Amino acid sequence: MKRRDFIRNTALASGALMIPSFLKPFELMAAESIGFKRLVIIQLSGGNDGLNTVVPFGDDLYYQKRPSLGIDTDEVIKLTTLQGLNPAMGSLREIYDQGWMSILNGVGYPNPDRSHFRSMDIWQTASGSNEYISTGWIGRYLDSNCVECKSPHTAIEVDDSLSLALKGISNKGIAVRNSDQLYRTTREPFFKLEADDAKQNMLSEDNLGYLYKTMIETYSSAKYINDTAKRYKNTFSYPISAFANELKTVATFINSGLSTRVYYVSLSGFDTHVAQRGQQNRLLKVYSDGVAAFIHDLKQANNLDDTLIMTFSEFGRRVSQNASGGTDHGTANNLFLFGGKLKKPGIYNESPDLKTLDNGDLKFQIDFRNVYATVLDKWLGVDSGLILNNKRFNPLTIV
Amino acid sequence: MERLSMRQIQHLYARAGFGITYKDLQQLKNKPLLTVVKELFEKSNDYSLIDLDFSLEEVKGKEMMSEENRKELRRLFKQSTENLNTRWMQQMSVTDAQLREKMTLFWHGHFACRSFNPLHNQQLNNTMRNLALGNFKDLLLAVSKSPAMLAFLNNQQNRKNSPNENFARELMELFTIGRGNYTENDVKESARAFTGWGFTPFTTEFVFRTKQHDFGDKTFMGHTGNFNGEDIIDIILKQKETARFICRKFYKFFVNENINETHVNQLADHFYQTNYNIGSTMFLIFSSDWFYSSENIGVNIKSPVEFIVGLTRQFYVSYESTDMLLFLQRALGQILFYPPNVSGWPGGKNWIDSSTLMYRLKIPSVILNNGIIELAGKTDPEEEAQVAMMQKQESQIHRKIKATADWDHFLQDLPQSISREQLVDYFLAPDLNKRKYALLSALSESTVKEIIIQLVSMPEYQLC
Repeated sequence: MKRRDFIRNTALASGALMIPSFLKPFELMAAESIGFKRLVIIQLSGGNDGLNTVVPFGDDLYYQKRPSLGIDTDEVIKLTTLQGLNPAMGSLREIYDQGWMSILNGVGYPNPDRSHFRSMDIWQTASGSNEYISTGWIGRYLDSNCVECKSPHTAIEVDDSLSLALKGISNKGIAVRNSDQLYRTTREPFFKLEADDAKQNMLSEDNLGYLYKTMIETYSSAKYINDTAKRYKNTFSYPISAFANELKTVATFINSGLSTRVYYVSLSGFDTHVAQRGQQNRLLKVYSDGVAAFIHDLKQANNLDDTLIMTFSEFGRRVSQNASGGTDHGTANNLFLFGGKLKKPGIYNESPDLKTLDNGDLKFQIDFRNVYATVLDKWLGVDSGLILNNKRFNPLTIV
Repeated sequence: MERLSMRQIQHLYARAGFGITYKDLQQLKNKPLLTVVKELFEKSNDYSLIDLDFSLEEVKGKEMMSEENRKELRRLFKQSTENLNTRWMQQMSVTDAQLREKMTLFWHGHFACRSFNPLHNQQLNNTMRNLALGNFKDLLLAVSKSPAMLAFLNNQQNRKNSPNENFARELMELFTIGRGNYTENDVKESARAFTGWGFTPFTTEFVFRTKQHDFGDKTFMGHTGNFNGEDIIDIILKQKETARFICRKFYKFFVNENINETHVNQLADHFYQTNYNIGSTMFLIFSSDWFYSSENIGVNIKSPVEFIVGLTRQFYVSYESTDMLLFLQRALGQILFYPPNVSGWPGGKNWIDSSTLMYRLKIPSVILNNGIIELAGKTDPEEEAQVAMMQKQESQIHRKIKATADWDHFLQDLPQSISREQLVDYFLAPDLNKRKYALLSALSESTVKEIIIQLVSMPEYQLC
């Protein structure tokens, strides 16, 4: 962070402590030298099989390791002479050709863990595989001194409950599946606020103060989100799926001018140990069609340049198929970025090395925390060292 | 301090257990402190193990099973662990051995473990229950030899020529002494000492595999010798820092998440001098003056399990089906037998975000009014395989809670003449000071039942 920005952020943050964040003027939140950038994170839960997502069709080893699960060269949507997309991902072809997509190969971390919950924990907390952190990386971003980080709606998860990724120590994001419903829930009697009383309480640093702070912030964020979102009528046409609908909610929030910096959406069901092909193809189609519509929606509203979309999964899968027409838990995986202002659209780095494996699994080429650090430093405009446990991860040339 | 105030007795029962009925409170209020604490301990001598018969058929090796059978087994295992979960929730909600169950809950978070095998889960849970107030070394050793933990921390794969350090590392980092008190070399050397510790697959039997054990010399924390796992545990327990580490966790869980080092050191001295006697250390906590000081009362955020069990106990709540106890845990972010990782649930403010707080504030009024609430929660990552096999995408499954509070039973315990102020004192643990009068006047004119529903819907009710 530039010194000037640092001073500005700290000065504003310390002044802002005295004002409940929902009273802060909106203008304060938007002004930052880096411009108002948003991050949309899409989590593919269960461990998406990266090798059948971005297919290394030019590598004979791929077909040797996957005699029946390998995708025929003819079917692959070819991007380079070596790699191409799963045929179910046709709608992303045009996005790729527009230069709105980057594919990072072999993203992972040292000493990979093959347990879903542990590896998801690692990705969401940005920890190493030998450390345990109880806050998420976006949560710590909220805890950092960034100017607009003081309201829960700075980070929205389109869901009914909040992922660890969005939980900091004193600040947390907010789960919103339906802004109108959230608003109505917060106006029910059980949520009734004795306003003066509550404001008194939230000023204290103890747990009771924290409960009141969360309550007041939820109360005001729910109103802000609902009031803002209502002003925008999203008429863009999306495919019919729960996932696409969630992305449509995000697009509505973005296009309505909501001051949210981070959005979080998940798509579940990628743990394909058995009969993978049908299941994964179905999911990849849901994913690709949803994302393509989302990107076009943002584009037509002129919001694509300020939005970065990142897709990850907690791990990839084994290189060799198993005996049940599926694949077991693996390690490094591809990671997708989408946006109107990518530094290096296309395929970012080398296709995974299928020859030099670690116990049958891919070796990682890029630590996922290098991606996070770049996004934090270059896109969200905060010092990644503050958020990634004072560790330095070299920036990539992605944004 | 000879006699405890009602508030202090409630504090004791909220922390050492899951709450106290108004009737029991009246009976205890004039007794001396030591009598009250002793009674609490005595009640925990008589307890029940969880003894579910899972009716699992003889489980064969995985490779011998068909895909269909494996799927069925996974389903059965999951179902059985869920039964274990709800049985324990029910047991906590009715037991008189409150302290023992609370300690078991503490150890369940301290020795956080996940296992697919319900028999292993049940065995480890009962081990913790049996030794909950016993000797820490016995408990540590039993946990270290339990198939659930051996499998969870990969000690089953810890062999002479290819050591797996996972167990040895967590043993020191999370179970005994904490970071900064051992070296990477200590991890490597102690892992060798635990080589060959395993279990016979598909049984609950610990087995020492001589052929896989490394009998060579190891250098660990400055000592050299042909150490086995128990020797390593002995050396770790010789370090005073281990007593301090565990007592710090006791303090955070039972007293205050903000540590008072003087009190922790006092506890650690005792724990160490008594050769790691858990029960007498807990007795020391609950009989110390500082435990009852105002700064420690009503300041901790109830964990979801404490919240659900407390409410269930307090109002004799019955649920339409035991599944609802699972839905509640899921919505509030703590599912027994499914800790987030080996370091357990972080607790404190971590429990609270916009969604969980809304649920917490809404659930009591819904349950007490026999209403219905829709809950959601995250799919556990381990359930992804099942999600993958379902032909529809359904990551968020909405569930309805239907429950009934036994108001008649509850109101019988309350004196007819109970005042609003007494109700506030009984339901809200934090020190309200001047706000109490504002609150009393804000309570709308209504019946006792309506007042109670207002009180349990307040943020203050989330604290204990």
